[in-house]
Amino acid sequence: MSRPGTIPWLASHELRLGFRDWLSLMTAGRRRKLRNVVIALAVFGVIMHLVAWPMVERYADARPDLPTLVIVSGILLLSFSLLLSQAMESVTRAFYARADLDLILTAPVAPRKVFAVRIARIAVAIAAMATAIAVPFVNVLALTGGARWLAAYGVVAAMGAVAASLGVALTVALFRLIGPRRTRLIAQVVAAVIGAAFLIGLQIVAILSFGNLSRLAPLQSPWLLAHVPGVESVLWVPARAALGEPAALAGLLVFALFVLGVTVAVFSPRFGEHAIAASGVSQGVVRQRQRGFRRHSPKQMLRRKEWTLLARDPWLMSQTLMQILYLLPPALLLWRSFHDATTALIVLVPVIVMAAGQLAGGLAWLSISGEDAPDLVATAPIAAASLLWAKIEAVMIAIAVIFAPFIIGLGLASPWAAAVAGAGVIIAAAAATDIQLCFRVQARRSHFRRRQTSSRVATFAEAFSSISWAAAAALFAAGTWFAAMPALIALAIMGGVRLIAPPRD
Amino acid sequence: MTSSSRSVALALRGLTKRYERPAVDALDLTVYGGEFYSLLGPNGAGKTTTLRMVVGLLKPDAGTIAVEGIDALADPVAAKQVTAWVSDEPMIYDKLTPFEYLEFVAGLWRIETKTGEARARELIEWLGLTPHMHERCEGFSKGMRQKVALAGALVHDPKLIILDEPLTGLDAGSARQVKNVLRERVAAGGTVVMTTHILEVAERMADRIGVIANGRLIAEGTLDELRQRSGAASATLEDTFLKLVAEEAA
Repeated sequence: MSRPGTIPWLASHELRLGFRDWLSLMTAGRRRKLRNVVIALAVFGVIMHLVAWPMVERYADARPDLPTLVIVSGILLLSFSLLLSQAMESVTRAFYARADLDLILTAPVAPRKVFAVRIARIAVAIAAMATAIAVPFVNVLALTGGARWLAAYGVVAAMGAVAASLGVALTVALFRLIGPRRTRLIAQVVAAVIGAAFLIGLQIVAILSFGNLSRLAPLQSPWLLAHVPGVESVLWVPARAALGEPAALAGLLVFALFVLGVTVAVFSPRFGEHAIAASGVSQGVVRQRQRGFRRHSPKQMLRRKEWTLLARDPWLMSQTLMQILYLLPPALLLWRSFHDATTALIVLVPVIVMAAGQLAGGLAWLSISGEDAPDLVATAPIAAASLLWAKIEAVMIAIAVIFAPFIIGLGLASPWAAAVAGAGVIIAAAAATDIQLCFRVQARRSHFRRRQTSSRVATFAEAFSSISWAAAAALFAAGTWFAAMPALIALAIMGGVRLIAPPRD
Repeated sequence: MTSSSRSVALALRGLTKRYERPAVDALDLTVYGGEFYSLLGPNGAGKTTTLRMVVGLLKPDAGTIAVEGIDALADPVAAKQVTAWVSDEPMIYDKLTPFEYLEFVAGLWRIETKTGEARARELIEWLGLTPHMHERCEGFSKGMRQKVALAGALVHDPKLIILDEPLTGLDAGSARQVKNVLRERVAAGGTVVMTTHILEVAERMADRIGVIANGRLIAEGTLDELRQRSGAASATLEDTFLKLVAEEAA
């Protein structure tokens, strides 16, 4: 066993905390569910391999020619943007979570050591997350194209290290530029935008240039191939490494470790100072406009309260509305197709329905589970059903307001598609809200990010319900009665949810 | 005035709640109108569980609850209309100001707008929150948050106020303000039922004290009556309480 206070000892402590965090995330804090989680993960892994097979099998024999290098680099960049986003989130949390900060900073251990280990932990967590996502794809490629593809795991690890380093540097830069008070919100918004930007950017370029939503279309354009550097450029080293070139992989790993080492050396001594500054941030005083009481019924009061709380919390707002970012590409496609009135517009219907379902799930959690004064509303002289209805109405009205412009825009181009999308939005939002109702648990609104941990079933049911309703809407808009099939699946999901939802007292 | 001639503000009969063991065990309790009643007991005695059942936050396994003559289990909305609840952990909305919070509470209790606003302004001033009435609660100390929660409990002019450890974590000044507000309510004819671990508060403020242990009421009465029962006429409430609980444990 390592000596207390040394870096290996601290690393083992961080490793234990990290593992228990992960375990808690997987089992929602119930250790008895561990066996079920292991079985579910194994089944999920098998399914993901089956899904990955047709997607990547055809690339198994890919060679490092220029078109392949461009596409692989694009995919790596796309993945890197997501990793960077995750890293910024993790670093921000490390700055602002008080947790063991008092203990660390008052203990006779150099904070530099503790924070060096903590930065390394972020890198390991990011790399582990990326590896978990990459496993089915890399395994399928290795099975069909040979062991050289296993080098991709090295690339994933290198990307995790570089993403964590860049995440630390960007967050610290924000800290110095705009101060600790604003960094928390801005860093999380920047992280979300980085995560979405590359993917959305590719879609927008694809729409403007090629008139479709394919993310890979711009990467295959002759114009791009004519303007990128030649195959010998160092720009392609990550792609070459992923394709199994040992020298490229070794170079990439050395570079990533160097970047991580420099980050740890440069930033760990100051990490403690930033954490102290972050913990010393007061909420500040925000004064609201002075006015008198207004006449409202209890239900109106509850709805207004929900909207006010959401409007006054930019962080929550950014988290919930980030999904709207994904509507930008279809909106652009709508704008481009406006005068064509082609059937291409039908592609918008599932996107809008899916986004509505997901957004409604988030808002419903905030409204129903994320009640910060549960005792107050529960002891108010209102029937429990009225209380719940007021909260459901708050969610549904918010969804209607957010999606109305999209539906109206769609209606100008295709009234039929708009009518189907409108109905789909209402049904998907109602279904997501119903799932949140079935699995409601009392929680603080500030725990919004971890809402999925309260119930895996609710999370998956919400996602699959939105997907099924989106598919049903798309098929119905296309005029086929096959729409009944996904609709029945969605109804089965709803029925299943009611069967397995915990009983209510 | 004899107890038989006074109106009953709260009547619990055979109230029972079981988890792994009985948390509240066939509890009978009567609190009269205009009375300050203090419920004492060691940790885990069943005080909070009892009060949470009274305000409708928990469903009893057996027994009845009558609030101001209203069957709280049969007609919970009517019972809630005349009741207020303040817990030890003030749960308020960080993103609302005290004024907005009180407007929300008044709306939930269907208080007429002008009356609600006048009462809110009065309470805000009474509790020393005037300089902060239009500031969001997110930056407030625990004491200020507890005062906002208390103002919320009083804005609808409840007949029965139930408080669970309302003074926990308050500084001396804030605690005195809260105690003054509660005294005023009792003087105005309201009824207060309060749990506390600060025995000095119960000793000074309560008209009657109930001691609860293992989910049962083991003693009840004025301070003098409790002293007599414990057999030490000049003992402090602390001594009396500890003796009663020790007897029950034995």
